[in-house]
Amino acid sequence: MNDDSKRGWPLWEVFVRARRGLAHQHVGSLHAPDGAMAVRNARDVYTRRGEGVSIWVVPSAAIVANNPDEKDSFFDPAADKVYRHPTFYDVPEGAKHL
Amino acid sequence: MTGVRTLLPLAAYALALGDDALILAQRLGEWVARAPQIEEDVALANIALDLLGQARTLLSYAGEVEGAGRDEDDLAYQRDDRDFRNVQLVEIPNGDFAVTMARQLVFSAYQYELYTALLTSADPTLAGLAGKAVKEVAYHRDHATQWVLRLGDGTDLSHARMQAGLDQVWPYTDELFDPADQLPGVAADPAALRPAWQRYITEVLSEATCHQPEPRWRSRGGRDGLHTEHLGHLLAEMQHLNRSHPGATW
Repeated sequence: MNDDSKRGWPLWEVFVRARRGLAHQHVGSLHAPDGAMAVRNARDVYTRRGEGVSIWVVPSAAIVANNPDEKDSFFDPAADKVYRHPTFYDVPEGAKHL
Repeated sequence: MTGVRTLLPLAAYALALGDDALILAQRLGEWVARAPQIEEDVALANIALDLLGQARTLLSYAGEVEGAGRDEDDLAYQRDDRDFRNVQLVEIPNGDFAVTMARQLVFSAYQYELYTALLTSADPTLAGLAGKAVKEVAYHRDHATQWVLRLGDGTDLSHARMQAGLDQVWPYTDELFDPADQLPGVAADPAALRPAWQRYITEVLSEATCHQPEPRWRSRGGRDGLHTEHLGHLLAEMQHLNRSHPGATW
């Protein structure tokens, strides 16, 4: 945070829920001095046209991500495990949204 | 052109409230591309656009009540400064960010009480506008409050500049509550808005560790068309395009 404060305000990731029942979706990021102001800035930047009913903000620094150098070992093994996909069941006619 | 002094009280009232919103919208627009961060550019522009929307309703209504065929554009662009009825608070220059936030706190807290009172106005246009505007203004007030708290109760430097901003705008606060033409049941009595406004201001300033200034002079006359030198410059910029190209549309 000290480095951030020298450069300006810290960065926040913004999540907006479009309507009740849906999950919050990541919509972008912005700068703000603290969480309360980040929510207000997010309201102004990301919900000007009625995009949402709920906003979450998370300090970008709090996000833990996988190491891009380990992409092969992380994701490639999933590529040839067809049995993990639920494609071996007969889907009853009339069952929607599966 | 008809002078505002001859307007019906209801038209004059709508014009006064509309001019407050219009002139402050223009002032806040000056912050775009100059605010401390781009996020604040957007916040101030949103607030300015809310105010512009209120001004459009109020000026259109003033023209309609007047019945002389003037629409919102005629009223916004074809009047000279002596025909504007806004309080001087909204026309003074933006100053630094703290001055603007001090003015936003004072004005949005006033507008919040104003529109809350107008919710029960016997005039359906004013009551309808108030229903929409009170939600907008609640956000404007919150935005200003957040900044006054952070700057006032921040560093020594930010505290000093926040207090200086308050000192600069306070001589213009009394004018908001000066007696106006009585329109019982329709208009809000300005003096009656003051106690709730004062309670809110006292609470915010106390939490912000700032004190309410006690200026030795106060502004007067905005509602009668008497303005500071600054309004003419603002109007020159705001009205230039319309006056150079009358009736232009795009």
